[in-house]
Amino acid sequence: MSIEAYSGPGWILTKLEQLINWGRKRSPWPLPYGTACCGIEMMAALASGYDMARFGAERPSFSPRQADVLIEAGTITKKMVPILRRIYDQMAEPKWVIAMGACACSGGVFRTYSTQQGIDSVIPVDVYVPGCPPRPEGLIYALLKIIEKIEKDHPLYKKTRGLELGQGACEL
Amino acid sequence: MSLKQQIEACLGSDLVAISEFRGDIVAEVPKNRVVNCLKALRDDPELKMDFLSDVIGVDNKALYEKPKKKAKKKAEAEEEPEDDGAKKAELPPRFEVIYLLLSLENNRRMMVKVRVPEEDLVVPTVTTIWKAATWPEREVYDMFGIRFKGHPDLRRLLMWEDFGAHPLRKDYPLEGRGEERHLIYED
Repeated sequence: MSIEAYSGPGWILTKLEQLINWGRKRSPWPLPYGTACCGIEMMAALASGYDMARFGAERPSFSPRQADVLIEAGTITKKMVPILRRIYDQMAEPKWVIAMGACACSGGVFRTYSTQQGIDSVIPVDVYVPGCPPRPEGLIYALLKIIEKIEKDHPLYKKTRGLELGQGACEL
Repeated sequence: MSLKQQIEACLGSDLVAISEFRGDIVAEVPKNRVVNCLKALRDDPELKMDFLSDVIGVDNKALYEKPKKKAKKKAEAEEEPEDDGAKKAELPPRFEVIYLLLSLENNRRMMVKVRVPEEDLVVPTVTTIWKAATWPEREVYDMFGIRFKGHPDLRRLLMWEDFGAHPLRKDYPLEGRGEERHLIYED
């Protein structure tokens, strides 16, 4: 039965939590943070061929203030670490992080003095996408996983995010 | 007159050695004369080496140690200390700084090599001739620890400032010595 069959003001009964999650999961605006070849695959995923906007990633936000999902696509050198952390800190809650590619997950082939061995020692990561680089389908799958995570979220409970003091390479 | 002969004529007595390998000419000059030599190459009306492509550093440590190891295997730890000392005296200095020059007018390239001993890691800067040398010299300082005397702003270029090593030296392990970034936030 279509909505037009009803008359009068009408009202629905739902949980506020579910309503918030329903809104959030349909607009996970990404912050593209492409630092290496994974960035090219990310561009392909955002462009019309794969069209990540189908899942609500409508507008790549180049300002961290208006972004929800940080897509960290590429190698992070140790010199880049403070910048990545600052970008993450500038994002408004709620926020999620996709570590795209082997370099972002674990340092990848660059097991050297200058490369951060995985960004999860700097910022908390929600979804890891393996591959060197992963195909756009991989990134879209990661976005769907984020959406899945948003659905199970409890936005009205207070929670703490971020790393504990002294954990990993990152001391605040 | 070939390029090699032109360089020989231009540098004169400052030229320590010159070699050509498949068209690449390397001219070696003494360390304290490098500024004069590069200036002479730039201002020479025939050569006109007016463009500095890059300044690079070389660490020959591994190159020098290889034959030593082979000799050790042969000699089986015989008369080691004297042998070591004698070989050290024979070896040329450990580091090199190489300037890659290009003549935009003649489309000819050459390299100028300076040998830098480990005990005295100071080379006069060429930023007085080419401002473009500022960053390559900072990179060589960062990677090899070779200091450039008279450089206007000799800071690390690639690694962060409190990184405590020179990673392109051959005795530095590829995976590092556990240097980590510690994030400090200003309030």
